Amino acid sequence: MIDISESVMQFLLALIVAGPLLGAAAALLPALPGLKGKSPDQAVLRHGVTVTGAILLATLVLAAGFDHDHPSRMQATTDISWIRALDVRIHLGVDGISLPLLVLTALLCFLCALHSYFKPPAGPAPKAFVALLLLLESGTLATFAVLDLVLFFLAFETVLIPMYFLIARWGGEGRRAAATKFVLYTLLGSVVMLLGLLLIGVKSGTFDMVALATDNGRGLTASVQVIAVLAIGIGLAVKTPMWPLHSWLPDAHTAAPTVGSVLLAGVLLKMGTYGFVRIVLPIAPDGMRTFAPYLAAFAVAGIVYGSLACLALARPGAKGDLKRLIAYSSVGHMGFVLLGIASMTPTGVNGALFANVAHGLVTGLLFFLVGAVKDRYGTADLDTLAGATGAALYGRAPRLGALLAFAAVASLGLPGLAGFWGEMLALFGAFDPAEGLSRPAFLAFTAIGAFGTLLTAAYLLIVVRRVCMGGPRPAGEAPIPDVQGYEFAAWTPLVALTVLAGLWPAVLLGLTDPAVQKLLAGGTQ
Amino acid sequence: MTSQLVQSVDWLTIAPPVLTAAVALAVLVADLFVPPERKRLLGWTAIAGLTAALALLVPLRAGDRSTFCLTPDTRVTACSYTADHFTLVVQLLVLGGALLTALLSLDETRERLPASGKPSPREPLPAGEYWFLLLSSAAGAALLPASRDLATLVVALEVASLPAFALVGLRRGDRRSGEAALKFFLSSVTATAVTLLGASFVYAATGTLHLTEIAQRLDEVPGQLQTLAEAGVALTLVGFAFKTAAVPFHFWVPDTYVGAPLPVAAYLSVVGKAVGFTGLILVAVVAFPSYADVWGPALAVLAALTMTAGNVAALRQSSTRAWSAVRLLAWSSVAQAGYLLVPIAAAAYSSDDQIGATVAYALMYAVVNLGAFAVVVLVARARPRNRIEDYRGLYAASPAAALALAFFLLNLAGLPPGIIGLFAKVTVFSAAVDAGLGWLAVVMALNVVIALYYYLRWTALLFRTPEGAPEEAPGEVPAGARGEAPAAVPEGAGKGSAALHRPSAPVTLAIALTAAAGAVLSGYPQFALRFATTTLF
Repeated sequence: MIDISESVMQFLLALIVAGPLLGAAAALLPALPGLKGKSPDQAVLRHGVTVTGAILLATLVLAAGFDHDHPSRMQATTDISWIRALDVRIHLGVDGISLPLLVLTALLCFLCALHSYFKPPAGPAPKAFVALLLLLESGTLATFAVLDLVLFFLAFETVLIPMYFLIARWGGEGRRAAATKFVLYTLLGSVVMLLGLLLIGVKSGTFDMVALATDNGRGLTASVQVIAVLAIGIGLAVKTPMWPLHSWLPDAHTAAPTVGSVLLAGVLLKMGTYGFVRIVLPIAPDGMRTFAPYLAAFAVAGIVYGSLACLALARPGAKGDLKRLIAYSSVGHMGFVLLGIASMTPTGVNGALFANVAHGLVTGLLFFLVGAVKDRYGTADLDTLAGATGAALYGRAPRLGALLAFAAVASLGLPGLAGFWGEMLALFGAFDPAEGLSRPAFLAFTAIGAFGTLLTAAYLLIVVRRVCMGGPRPAGEAPIPDVQGYEFAAWTPLVALTVLAGLWPAVLLGLTDPAVQKLLAGGTQ
Repeated sequence: MTSQLVQSVDWLTIAPPVLTAAVALAVLVADLFVPPERKRLLGWTAIAGLTAALALLVPLRAGDRSTFCLTPDTRVTACSYTADHFTLVVQLLVLGGALLTALLSLDETRERLPASGKPSPREPLPAGEYWFLLLSSAAGAALLPASRDLATLVVALEVASLPAFALVGLRRGDRRSGEAALKFFLSSVTATAVTLLGASFVYAATGTLHLTEIAQRLDEVPGQLQTLAEAGVALTLVGFAFKTAAVPFHFWVPDTYVGAPLPVAAYLSVVGKAVGFTGLILVAVVAFPSYADVWGPALAVLAALTMTAGNVAALRQSSTRAWSAVRLLAWSSVAQAGYLLVPIAAAAYSSDDQIGATVAYALMYAVVNLGAFAVVVLVARARPRNRIEDYRGLYAASPAAALALAFFLLNLAGLPPGIIGLFAKVTVFSAAVDAGLGWLAVVMALNVVIALYYYLRWTALLFRTPEGAPEEAPGEVPAGARGEAPAAVPEGAGKGSAALHRPSAPVTLAIALTAAAGAVLSGYPQFALRFATTTLF
C-alpha cells in the first residue's frame, strides 16, 4: 500500500521478532527514573502495554509496506549465518501466509497486555507476568517469521516455558497439573517433530524452508517423506491439537488465566496449523499425500468429538465449565482447519488459513468474555451461573450479554461473520480433494464435517440460551457491572475484525491465495 | 644408533599437564612451611596454576604438535602425545572445570570462624592435601586426551582417578564420606583391572601399544589370535564404560556424590565424566575402528539404557529427602552420560565424524552442570541438608542465584531460554539421525521429555512463594548425619530459605563465570558447535 524501502522492512521484521525479547529482559530490570509510575506493578504493566503496542505498530507498518500485488513473494527477508556448524541461518521473511498471523499475534498480545494493565492478573507480582508475556509473544512471532527449520523448532519451543509459568503461577484450580500436562504433551510432540525436521535436513542437505519448498520434495525419497511427515505431523498435531492428541487442551484452558487462554487459543494453536501449511505441505508432498486421508479422518473425528463434548458440557446438571466448553469447541474448529489442509487443494488450504485467523479472533473474544463472566460471578460453572432458568445476562448486563451472543454466533459460523468462510472453504476443499486422494473418502469426511457444523450451532445456541436468557432474577440480587471501558477497548478490535473478515473475506484471501498456490505448486508458479 | 634412540621432547606441547602437576607438587611442599593463617594462599596458587595452564593452551591452538614420537629409524611413525584439536578442547574443558571446582572449594578448605559462639559446623578440608590431590587429578585428566598409546592412556586414567578417591574420602571422621570413597574406589579399581587385562590382550594380539598402529594391525591379526584380540577389545571397552558410569556400572554415582564434598562431586560429574569419555572415544574410534560393528550396537544399547535408567531414577527422587538436590544432579549426570554416548555409537555407523557432537555436548554440559553445582554450593551454606525442597522461594531470597539456577536447569533440559542446551541436544539428535539410528533418537526423545519433568519441577519450585510456616523443627535433622550437629540449620521459622548468609566471593564468581559462559554460548552457539562438524583428530 505504501512504499517502504526493503532495508526498513527488514529492520521492522527483525524488530518484531527481537523487540519483545528485549522488552522481556527490560521488564525484569528496575524501571527507569521517569517511568516509575504510581507503583512498580503499575510501571511494569505499563511497560508491557508500551512494548506490545510498539510491536503492533511495527507489524501494522510492515503490513502497510507489504507488496500486496505479490503476496506470494517472500518480503522483508534477512538471511545471515548464525551457527555454521549446524548450517542454521537467521532467515526471516513474510509472505501472504504469515503476514495475517503476525498481525493477529501482535494484536492479541497487545489486547492482552492492555487488559492486564487495567485488571492485573490474580497471583504473584506482575513483573514476571509481563516478562513471560513478552517472551511468549517473541516466540510466537518468531515462529511465523522464520524460514529455517531449526530456527522454527527453536521458536516453537520458546513458547513452552512462558506458557507453563503463566498457567502454573497465575492459573486457577488444578493449575500445576494442567501446566505440567501441557508442557509434557507439547514437548513430547516437538522432540518427535525435531527428529522429522532433522531427517529432512540431513537427507536434503539444507534446513532452508524456501529452498526446500521450491524443491517441493523432489530431493527426498518417498520413504523419507513418509517418516518425516509422520514425525513432524505428530508434533504439529499435538500443538494444533488434533483429536486424539488434544487432551491437554481442555485442562490447560480451564486452569489458565484469561490472558493465557486468549493467547493459547488465539495464537499458540495456530503454530501447529501454520507448520502444516508451511513445512509439511510444500516440503514433503508425497508423504503428506500418504497421510492426508488419515489426517482428514482424525480432523472430522475431532469436529464431531469436540461438538459432542461441548453438548455434554452444556447440558443442565453436567457441571460444565464454560472455559472447558470453549476449549473443546476449539478442538472442533481446529478440526475444520486440519480438514482443509488435508484436502491439499488451494481452496481447502485457503479455507484452513482463513479459519485459523477467524478462530483466533472469535475464540480470543470468547475467552475474554468468559473471563469477564468468571470475574463477575466468581465461577465459570454453567450450572451455577444459569441456576434454574438461566443467567439472564441480557437483562442484568445487556452489553456483555449481547457481545457473548455475538461471539457465539460468530463461532458457529453464521454467514456474514468471520467463522463462516473458513469452514465453508475447508468443506469445499474436502468436497473436491487434490489428485491422488480418494474422492469417496473425502466426500464422507465432508458430510460428517457438515454435520459437525450443525452440532456446533446446537451447543453454542444452548450456551447462549442458558447464559444470556433466563427468567426474572430473584429480588435483592447484587447487580453485576456491565462492560467496562477497558473491556470495550480490548474487545472492540476483535469484534470489528470479525465483522470485517466476514463481510470482506477478500482482504485475507487475496493475501493467502497466491502464496498458497505457489506453495502447493512447489514454488515455481 | 644410541643417539637415535633419544627422543626430543617438545616442552611447550606438554606444558598444560606438566605445569598443573608441578604446581600440585609445589603446593604440597609449600603446605609444610605456610603458617595456618596463610593457608588461603595455597588455594590461590592452585587457581593461578590452573589459569596459567589454560593460558598455555593458546600457543598450541593450531593443533599440529605432537611429541614423544617413535624415532625415525623405526619403520612406523606414531606419537604418544598429540596436541590436536580434540586434545585441546578436552584440555580446555578439564582445566576449566578444575578451575571452577577450585573456586568452589576455596571456602571448604578455610577454617570457618565459629559464628556466635557455636562450634564450627563442619571441619574444613586439609588445604595442602586437598589442592595437591585436585591438581594431580586435573593433571592426569589433561594428559589423558593427548595420550595416543594404551600405556599412557591407562597411566593418565589412573593419575586422574586415584587422587579422586582420596578427594571423595577427605572429610575426616565422616562415615558417609569414607563409605563413598570406598564404593568409588572399588568400582573404579575393578574398571582399571579390566581395562589393563584388555589392553594386555590387545598388545599380545597386535604387538603394539600405539592406538593408530593397533587400528591397522587389528585388521591383520593372525587366525589363532583372533579370539584374543576380540576379548581384548571387549574388555578394554568395558573398562572405559565403567569409568563413564554407564549402565550397569552406575550404582556408585549417587552415593559417591552425596558423600563427597560438594565441589568434589561437581568435579567428578564434569571432569571425571570427561575423562571416561575421552578414553572411550580414543579407544573405540581411534584404536578399534575395525570392530565398529561390535561396539557400535553395544554402545547404542548402553546409551539407551544409561539415559533411561538415569532419568527414571532422577524422576523418583523425593524432594524432601536429605541431599535430594545432589542425588538428582547425580542421577541426571548419569542420564546425560547416556546422551554423550549417542554420537560415539553413531560414529560406528557413519563415515562422517560424529565425535564432535559428543565434544560439543560435553562442553555445554560442563559449563551448565558446574553452574548448577555452584548454586547448590551457595545454597548449601545456609541449608546444609540440601533438599530440593530447600530451594522453594529461592527467587525471593536471592533472585540472581535463582535465575542462574533456572537457566542452568533449563539448559540441562534443553529448552529455550537455554539455547545452547537445546542446540547441543540437536547436534546429538542429528548425529543419531545421520547414522540411521532412528530408534535411539526416539528413545532419546522420550528421555528428554522425562528429564524435562524433573528439571522443570525444580525450576518451578525456585519461583514459588516460600512457605510461611517453619518447615522443620531443628530436632528433625537426623542425628549423626554427615557427622554434623543439628545446630548447622542456622535460621528459624519462615525465613529459613531467605538466608544465604555471607555470600561468598569465589562461589559467586564461579556462578557468574558459568552463567556468562552459558549466556555467551546461547547467543553464539557456533563456538561450541563448531567442533561438531570439524574433524578433530
